[in-house]
Amino acid sequence: MKCQKCQNREATTHIKRVINGEFEEYNLCSECAKEMGYGNLFHDFTSSFADDFNSLFGSFFENALPARTQATRCDTCGSSYNDIQRTGMMGCADCYNIFYKEIMPTIRKVHGNTTHCGKNSAAFKAERAKTAVEKPETKEPENELEKLQKELSTAVENQEFEKAAELRDKIKDMEGNDE
Amino acid sequence: MNNIVMETRIRLARNLKKYPFPCRLNAQQKTEVANVIIDSIKNCNSPIVNDLEVIWIKDLSESERISLVEKHLASPEFISETEGRAIVISNDRTMSIMLNEEDHIRLQILKKGDDLSGAYDIADKLDTLLDENLDFAFDEKLGYLTQCPTNLGTGMRASVMLHLPALKAGRAIGRIAGNLQKLGLTIRGRYGEGTEPKGAIYQLSNQVTLGISEESAIENLKNIAKQLESQEKAAQQRMVKSIEAQDKLCRSLGILKTAKLISCEEAMELISNVRFGVNAGVIDSVEISTIDNLIEKIQPATMMVDKGKQLTPQERDILRAEIIQTNI
Repeated sequence: MKCQKCQNREATTHIKRVINGEFEEYNLCSECAKEMGYGNLFHDFTSSFADDFNSLFGSFFENALPARTQATRCDTCGSSYNDIQRTGMMGCADCYNIFYKEIMPTIRKVHGNTTHCGKNSAAFKAERAKTAVEKPETKEPENELEKLQKELSTAVENQEFEKAAELRDKIKDMEGNDE
Repeated sequence: MNNIVMETRIRLARNLKKYPFPCRLNAQQKTEVANVIIDSIKNCNSPIVNDLEVIWIKDLSESERISLVEKHLASPEFISETEGRAIVISNDRTMSIMLNEEDHIRLQILKKGDDLSGAYDIADKLDTLLDENLDFAFDEKLGYLTQCPTNLGTGMRASVMLHLPALKAGRAIGRIAGNLQKLGLTIRGRYGEGTEPKGAIYQLSNQVTLGISEESAIENLKNIAKQLESQEKAAQQRMVKSIEAQDKLCRSLGILKTAKLISCEEAMELISNVRFGVNAGVIDSVEISTIDNLIEKIQPATMMVDKGKQLTPQERDILRAEIIQTNI
């Protein structure tokens, strides 16, 4: 296969990239790949993570330069969307929040779905159980009130005024309690 | 007895909420993360985590590292880096937990034969146990958060290793692979990924992890594995009708029994032929389990680890022939 850029040399580098969710693929010769900044891909993979981390934090703290601040970085780990695109790896759990919009099209493409279905973590289950317990507690008095109000209107319809007066007092008491 | 499915594997990816993913950790931080997880495993009060051994990758020789991959306890990617990486292995080697591979935790349950539900059951219990003391990165919508978005959701990769010599010979795997992709599954060579799979051993696994429950993913995989199995069996029966095919399978056993020098590649091919022969009823002097145990023993790095010293390629080929002949 010929290189897509120079149409001359044999293509030896296959590049796939996702930009704003759009998937692109190129076949390039090594010269053209280098020209387009893909020459040192291998170096990126083999350089130690420690180096990456240090240089990243270096740039993170010095990024008062306007050109650098253009890219949003994750506060927790310092990843930019550029880093994520380049490596195909998220930097930390918070990256999913910060780059949610950017990463969503890729997730949809990979999985066809975007909503988890399956086992939940213990912490999440505990959280959900807590909110589930809280809700009925606040809901129940309302239900009781609604029930009484329904009974009241039925009593009025049936002209059972004594019962209606009793119910009205009960409802008043309850509403008073809420206040 | 199902002899097409050789091995079952469940792998779960988990990360600690408190730390960035491994790609954003330096060696020292990785070591810290690994120690946090190891402590938590040691503090688990459960028979599941009895008899576990912690191995730091940097303490291993190159052969020992490669041998972990040959035994399917670790991934090739895992041993390519040594700093801050550790593996926790159970005595019977059915359970392994890789620390700081692509994710902080990659726990794996490996079972002989066809037992996806059984393997998941153990993986699930181990995961629940770890979850008690470790706060995992989890999101209501995206499920377990992983370094690579391809593992989001359940973080589960379920696989079966299939021996498909007849489908391979009929060049049917390529066509099958194309169709599987549409079902969210993938098939590839177990040994020698990307090239011609050695020994016709394939790994069938789920690709999609988000929006599908563990149970459904396993059910899907089981169904497809069953279909491949019956296709393979039918293809085997068709093939062994010819005397030429029978001859080839039986000769393979002859070479294995008498050779003085044998390379890993040749051995894998011949063993695959013999396995095919036993499955199809052409050979009856060898047990399938003997053959399957043999595959691991003749891998280059594992042989050197078992022998306790470095061997030249020729020494390995001699030893390999001897090992085969003492076993079959």
